[in-house]
Amino acid sequence: MRTGLAILAGSLAAFVAAASPAFAQKQGGTLRVSHRDNPPSASPHEEATISTVMPFASVFNNLVVFDPKEKLNSPDKIVPDLAESWSWNADKTKLTFKLRQGVKWHDGKPFTAKDVKCTWDALAGRPAEAQKDLIRKNPRKVWYLNLKDVTVANDSEVTFELNRPQPSFLSFLAAGYSPVYACHVSGRDLRSKPIGTGPFKVAEFKRNELIKLVRNPDYWKKGQPYLDALDFRIVPNRSTRVLGFVAGEYDLTFDSDITFPLLKDVKDQAPNAICEARTTNVRTNLIVNREAPPFDNPKIRKALVLALDRKPFSDILSQGNDIAGAAMLPPPTGVWGMSTADLVKLPGYGSDIAKNRAEAQAIMKSLGYGPDNMLKVKVATRNIALYRDPAVILIDQLKQIYIEGELEPIDTTVWFTKVQRKDYQIGLNLTGAGVDDPDVMFYENFHSKSSRNYTGYHNDEVEKLIDKQSAETDVAKRKQIVAQIEGLLVEDAARPTILHLSANTCWQPEVKGLVLQGNSIYNNWRFEDVWLDK
Amino acid sequence: MGAYLTRRFLLMALTLFGMSVLIFVMLRLVPGNVADILVDSAGIVDPDEKARIVHDLGLDRPILDQYLYWIGGLVRGDLGFAFISERPAIEEIAPRIPITAKLAGLALFFSVILGVPLGVISAVRQNTGLDYFLRVVSLSGLSLPSFWLGLLILMASVQWFGMIPIYTSEPRSFIDEILLLSIPAAAVGFRASSLIMRLTRSSMLEVLRQDYIRTARSKGASLTSVNYNHALRNALLPVVTIIGIEAAFLIGGLIVTETVFNIPGVARFLVEAILWRDYPIVQNLVMLIAFVVIMVNFLVDMTYMVLDPRIKYAD
Repeated sequence: MRTGLAILAGSLAAFVAAASPAFAQKQGGTLRVSHRDNPPSASPHEEATISTVMPFASVFNNLVVFDPKEKLNSPDKIVPDLAESWSWNADKTKLTFKLRQGVKWHDGKPFTAKDVKCTWDALAGRPAEAQKDLIRKNPRKVWYLNLKDVTVANDSEVTFELNRPQPSFLSFLAAGYSPVYACHVSGRDLRSKPIGTGPFKVAEFKRNELIKLVRNPDYWKKGQPYLDALDFRIVPNRSTRVLGFVAGEYDLTFDSDITFPLLKDVKDQAPNAICEARTTNVRTNLIVNREAPPFDNPKIRKALVLALDRKPFSDILSQGNDIAGAAMLPPPTGVWGMSTADLVKLPGYGSDIAKNRAEAQAIMKSLGYGPDNMLKVKVATRNIALYRDPAVILIDQLKQIYIEGELEPIDTTVWFTKVQRKDYQIGLNLTGAGVDDPDVMFYENFHSKSSRNYTGYHNDEVEKLIDKQSAETDVAKRKQIVAQIEGLLVEDAARPTILHLSANTCWQPEVKGLVLQGNSIYNNWRFEDVWLDK
Repeated sequence: MGAYLTRRFLLMALTLFGMSVLIFVMLRLVPGNVADILVDSAGIVDPDEKARIVHDLGLDRPILDQYLYWIGGLVRGDLGFAFISERPAIEEIAPRIPITAKLAGLALFFSVILGVPLGVISAVRQNTGLDYFLRVVSLSGLSLPSFWLGLLILMASVQWFGMIPIYTSEPRSFIDEILLLSIPAAAVGFRASSLIMRLTRSSMLEVLRQDYIRTARSKGASLTSVNYNHALRNALLPVVTIIGIEAAFLIGGLIVTETVFNIPGVARFLVEAILWRDYPIVQNLVMLIAFVVIMVNFLVDMTYMVLDPRIKYAD
């Protein structure tokens, strides 16, 4: 509720900002941003972290983007970027883009349709020999399972051929994770000092110190960007970052860096700072090892789902701002998630927690467990507060249904190795969605062909429904199928969602033109509309 | 002396070789490697992609091959390529060394410049109010963790002066840099100064009770001359030893101080590299630190000779 109000206030602020006369924008200045850690690389296609996207998105352009002036991403709010226009063929299997002419890479070479082709050939897992190392890791390969081919008609026209209609395909291309790469540049350079067509060029990327981007004077959007430079300072210590912001050393905090307990401190010490709360489309969820005892038993999985009381998680961890939902982010910020009225009908989501838990206790008792014979399990999670804290609350709640959990904090470097080996019983995980889109959520996390389906979840019925919704062009019908899938996933205890997280981002009052999008933290970090009123 | 030095340098080389083996093996005993972490950062579990990264970085080669490749490069002055940044390791390490060297030097300077005179004063004024006060201060120096002290300094600066003394941009001049580094250096040097002060005090108290000090006093030498020329010089031997040890320990204090004050030095970089399992960076940096520690030890041993002419290193 509070988050909803905050988002409403944010939307109003954005509306006021958007309504301001254009001549108010001032050229010049450096935007100083605190960055929470070292980005693993500068290559957005290879990473799945905001640490890379936030500083480096402005180096690149997409073919299309979610409207940067809008607070929410949705398929009907996609606007051209490097593509001037696009069109589908009659059976919605060919998507043709007319590309902008005269666009140059930061090294002066011309951008052409061949760059588009080679980028998506690499993403689909069939790079040309010369571009074999363009993308070393491909976390979103599953997005392009349906991409049959990319064909180039000439330098300014490119067509994506799909095996079947997929309305979400355009949303994939609009994501912050979908920049066009310069294919004459090596993968190594793209990871360390990339060149793109975007509004800012990389001047320096010094690990542990800074990421300095400077204005691209040849940017194809004339007059933009307004800023001379972006200066991301890598400050791993959160206290130092917050104190630095309060002291005015930074104009903008790292995205979602200000937790709700911290927000009061910031507002007390920097009362003029503008802080915006928003949902992040990152969800806390459970990974359940369904291939080994005890969670190979569907009854125990059901009891687990019934044991969850989401409100205490939200109250303790975010002062009530994190929100309950199934896999998809619920409204008002989520486009595809279930409404509260529908959500409460799912197992474990009803408001009568005592009744849910009584049902779970009955299941456990029928399997021989009880107060004197608790089921002992280990709850594995990364040894990071963001993961550990909810895991502790989970352990407390599991006691109510005769499950005695023991926290198993795992060094973050070996977390996925452990998950891959299925060396866990139950784990607490965080999952972010690059786009608020059912294809992104379901194919990435619940489809057997996805490398990010960590638990190896496989349900033929669910996969058929995933494909069905993916091809459905009628939004209302698609939403119905999405809700059906969500219900099945909850019943199956397939990565049960605990909460969708919310957090705050703050900036100094002189920062103008910044629009945070409420259903994915990974989008709209181009900074080309941002200016400093100094 | 010549033979001693030869023997000493050979021992240094042997120690460095031992260190190289130790750090190489220990790094590989730690669970996870850089490929695990790179894959983790992408949130994927794709064995093929991971295997390719392992192969590209040469981590699938026999351990001995990997060791010889690294040590061979090191001997030739080639530190290899950093795994994460994919840039030459020397380019990653070299710019950070002066920053940490200045910070460590400044911290050591503060700790000696404060610790030794205050230790002398405390000893000379034993059991006076000043002595008690200095002992309480030194005890607090030993008890307060430097990261806590650092954060306290930052919070106080923001609260009272509306500014924060952290490294936000490259200093424009040497003076600027020294001013910027002086606060973190004081935070990290506070502990070392306390230790040096306490050791100087106890060492001085012992020396001040010696017969030759009484003799000097009875011969009419001034108090300052007795305290500083006769007593301190002899009391300094254990202090010099502890300064040498503290110089080596300082790196531990610098890790947290560099993090809290956001200083892009070697210490913080080393921790980051360990977390990322960036072997070329960790191995080369640890070797550099080992070399510095060995050299400091050597210098300490040489200083003994200067302080006490009776000490001779036999051939």
